[in-house]
Amino acid sequence: MFDPVPLALVGALFPNGVSRYAVGGFFVGLGTVLIYVGTGIPAGASTFLESTLSYVSGKSRFQQYVASRDWRLVFTAGIVLGGLLFAATVQSGLLSSGLYEAGSTGERYDIGGVTLWLTEVQPWRLFVGGLFVGIGTRIGKGCTSGHGVCGVGSASKTSIVGVVTFLLVAIATAQVVAVAGVTP
Amino acid sequence: MADRHPLFKPLVFVGGIVFGFGLGFSHMARPEVVLNFLTFADFGLLFVMFGAAVVSGIAFALMPRVRDTAPLSGNRYERRLKSFDRNVLVGGAIFGVGWGLSGICPGAAYASLGTGNVTILWALAGMFVGAYAQGYARSRVSTDVTPASAD
Repeated sequence: MFDPVPLALVGALFPNGVSRYAVGGFFVGLGTVLIYVGTGIPAGASTFLESTLSYVSGKSRFQQYVASRDWRLVFTAGIVLGGLLFAATVQSGLLSSGLYEAGSTGERYDIGGVTLWLTEVQPWRLFVGGLFVGIGTRIGKGCTSGHGVCGVGSASKTSIVGVVTFLLVAIATAQVVAVAGVTP
Repeated sequence: MADRHPLFKPLVFVGGIVFGFGLGFSHMARPEVVLNFLTFADFGLLFVMFGAAVVSGIAFALMPRVRDTAPLSGNRYERRLKSFDRNVLVGGAIFGVGWGLSGICPGAAYASLGTGNVTILWALAGMFVGAYAQGYARSRVSTDVTPASAD
């Protein structure tokens, strides 16, 4: 009646459970909903790159975002602060949550009682990866939040195709890099 | 963009905080966790993006039926629809290479910086350089297709 094999499989697929991911995703969605309900804007994170470049470049490609660059700066500052809020509460143990485990990734350090976190992924991977991300999101009309959250949430076929494309290519890339022995 | 209410920016700010907190809580702000997902070591990350898409999807489906325009901006409630062309595939593939190599995407990078991860500035620098290079090239070659409103 109760077959343990599927359960073991679920455990192997989700070694950290799904709750922390689902709860985190709920907050990401809630932030998007707050902005959409108040302003009608489906906010994506990556247009910030171009809109902020309009402060330093007169190129038409960036200047088209002059009207939205102020709130995009505010949105991004909020995201950074939200990350800090997570660090100061859950990551620092001020708010204890059964869903949070310090985990084995990266390196933790303390400043003034706040537990902060550093990645161990090598800088060259971050920089070169960032280059591709910066080029790709602008050509492809969206990123994980624009296409992935707002676009998929809008049932946009364009966004669904975009997400499937970057997901498959990212999986292939990460697997190749891992097989090549680059770690972390 | 129509007239903005004084609460426009405060609301965007609060929305950003909730959004960033979620990225921290979900661990998506940790490149290692994203790479574990992409190498099939932990599929939990699926619940972040699709969980967020389901939550926002409710608002995208509901709001246009409830009201015509948003209270703080006067914008019409519309779904996020972009025209499809080859760029969606080309750009998506380039984005995928970057995401698979670094384990980080723009929103998660901002949140990651907030959790103390100053090393992520390498990724943010790369993103700005990449977006600049792409915008520079596109401003020069004026073959830029103006996106239609169709999906």
